[in-house]
Amino acid sequence: MTCPPVIRLEALDKVYQTGEVAVHAVRGVALTVEKGEFAAVMGPSGSGKSTLMNLIGCLDRPTGGRYWLDGEEVGALTKSELSRVRNQRLGFVFQGFNLLARTSALENVELPLLYSPHGHRARELRRRSREALERVGLADRAGHQPSQLSGGQQQRVAIARALVNEPALLLADEPTGNLDTRTSIEIMAIFQELNRKGMTILMVTHEPDIARYCRREIVMRDGRIVTDRPVADRLEAADELAKWRGTAMEERA
Amino acid sequence: MKFTATWTIALRALRRNPMRTGLTMLGIIIGVAAVIAMVAIGTGAKAEVAASIEQMGQNMVMVISRAARSGRVHLGGDSGVALTKQDYDAIRQEVAGLAGATPEVRASAQVAAGNQNVNTTIYGVSEEYPAVRAWRLERGSHFTETDIRGAAKVAVLGQSVATNLFGGGNPVGQMIRIQHAPYEVIGVLRAKGANMMGRDQDDLVLVPWTSAMVRLTGETSFRSISVQAESAERIPEVVEQITTLLRQRHRIPEGREDDFLIRNMQDMLEMATSTAQTMTILLGAIAGVSLLVGGIGIMNIMLVSVTERTREIGVRMAVGARSADILLQFLVEAVVLSVGGGLFGIGLGYGTAHLVSAKFGWNTLVSLDSVALAFLFSAVIGIFFGFYPARKAAGLDPIEALRYE
Ligand SMILES: Nc1ncnc2c1ncn2[C@@H]1O[C@H](COP(=O)(O)OP(=O)(O)OP(=O)(O)O)[C@@H](O)[C@H]1O
Ligand SMILES: [Mg+2]
Repeated sequence: MTCPPVIRLEALDKVYQTGEVAVHAVRGVALTVEKGEFAAVMGPSGSGKSTLMNLIGCLDRPTGGRYWLDGEEVGALTKSELSRVRNQRLGFVFQGFNLLARTSALENVELPLLYSPHGHRARELRRRSREALERVGLADRAGHQPSQLSGGQQQRVAIARALVNEPALLLADEPTGNLDTRTSIEIMAIFQELNRKGMTILMVTHEPDIARYCRREIVMRDGRIVTDRPVADRLEAADELAKWRGTAMEERA
Repeated sequence: MKFTATWTIALRALRRNPMRTGLTMLGIIIGVAAVIAMVAIGTGAKAEVAASIEQMGQNMVMVISRAARSGRVHLGGDSGVALTKQDYDAIRQEVAGLAGATPEVRASAQVAAGNQNVNTTIYGVSEEYPAVRAWRLERGSHFTETDIRGAAKVAVLGQSVATNLFGGGNPVGQMIRIQHAPYEVIGVLRAKGANMMGRDQDDLVLVPWTSAMVRLTGETSFRSISVQAESAERIPEVVEQITTLLRQRHRIPEGREDDFLIRNMQDMLEMATSTAQTMTILLGAIAGVSLLVGGIGIMNIMLVSVTERTREIGVRMAVGARSADILLQFLVEAVVLSVGGGLFGIGLGYGTAHLVSAKFGWNTLVSLDSVALAFLFSAVIGIFFGFYPARKAAGLDPIEALRYE
């Protein structure tokens, strides 16, 4: 046992109390995700996927159970320590991108650095966010505002923002939910590349086709994990993209 | 997080909405400009009042006859005795610490030179009048003690009279006629301009008081006697002596009121400047209200923008902003709005004061105090009115804020 799992959940519970009705969104979930894994969380709508992601992402607190991130128990942390964890160790990608409007791609990517406790110099900020944009292939769009970018490009800016502080864990809640198939595969290519370099990724998706780019498949129903197995017929996004280019060329020929 | 980062964050947020930023600042700009301009006008008026009172003569004490003032001369018990020539001589001889003295009689008269004539006021005064009233001559000389004793027919002209009668020419040595009697012009006073009430102070002719009494008024008493104390410190002593002397001469019994008034310039100066001070404070306070309204404008905009920017706050928290960072960001935004508005306002207030000076000829004075005060006040307004919205923003829950539609 050299290093602790990135995520370890024990009997995690989340109950939403809305008036008289209590909604049990997550029920006693136990889960372990090791370093370097790439897991898809699937399941029908309302099964508690987003709730679980928000708990793992330290955006929300569980009503029961325990959660260790990199071996550190999160339940004991203060609000401000949780912010520090989100800033330094987690990257979050949302279905709706959540970029700041009227703010350039570069400045959007810089955002986590501005809240970093290390206090980077302005030039260092520029350099690192430019680097992150390069990693998602958007270096030439640094000055563009979200309204001047396509959905896929906006999601790549959001990924660059999640990566800029070099987190240990990347969390993505339906990152391809608003994108077409081709663009979705491009996003998967970025994720697979990151994962190959050692990044741990946990991703919620509705689409079985997208889950096939992952290494592990977790299925939830009614707040519980019902299936947890490796992906059998795994796809390589790079190959799929090459196929797309091939068909396009055939069509043109 | 470092302080520079907070600045970067706040300034970027303000830059994202230049219209809102500008309009919010406008409230503070107008408020600060109003305070600066109003206080400048008040302070300028105060300085002008002080200057015009000082113009009446340094360390001057004025004894005014109550009888002459009310126009009731020797009308029984209560109305006092007028100031007589004997009173004047007694003051000159017996009061210690005097640098000079002059009585004053007045008469309206027609003055003519050649075919020009004007209606003006003739002042009968002593040879010490220019010293006591701190009013020097522009050309020629003032009359002497000999002229007084001989009731000489000599005159010193005020600027307006000189110009009206002689145009640009030199009146010294020329003859004028006052009520048909010929007088020789021996001097011209320096121009003094209009007084606070707008009356032309240069519209007068000075003649020896003896001549005025004999030839013009026919009266035997003075309207007032002005004396000059040797120094400001001796003023109370001089006032004391004159009071005792005149009460004794007018036989006023113990416990009865004086039948004359004594005004000293120091008191008048204090009274007038304190009135001007009150006016300044009043103007400043009214302007201060508009500054307060500007501050409430900031709070209003900040509150609206906290709601409007809930998602933005959620995103910031999701990428690692702590509550304290959000609080600080909104506070810095508010302070930048108010202090930035304050700086522009100082410029605008300064400009307005200058414009008022140029356009209406009012004296204005932008004091450093009012600039510092307005600036400080706007910063305090920023912090005060920015705090509540900032705390509201910082208190948001990250997941709630992200879900906000
Ligand atoms: N803030 C909330 N207050 C009350 N109930 C909530 C809240 N958020 C989620 N729920 C409930 O919790 C359950 C799980 O919701 P969740 O958003 O986790 O589902 P999901 O699996 O992400 O669904 P989808 O695939 O549609 O995104 C649902 O029944 C939902 O109604
Ligand atoms: Mg969901």
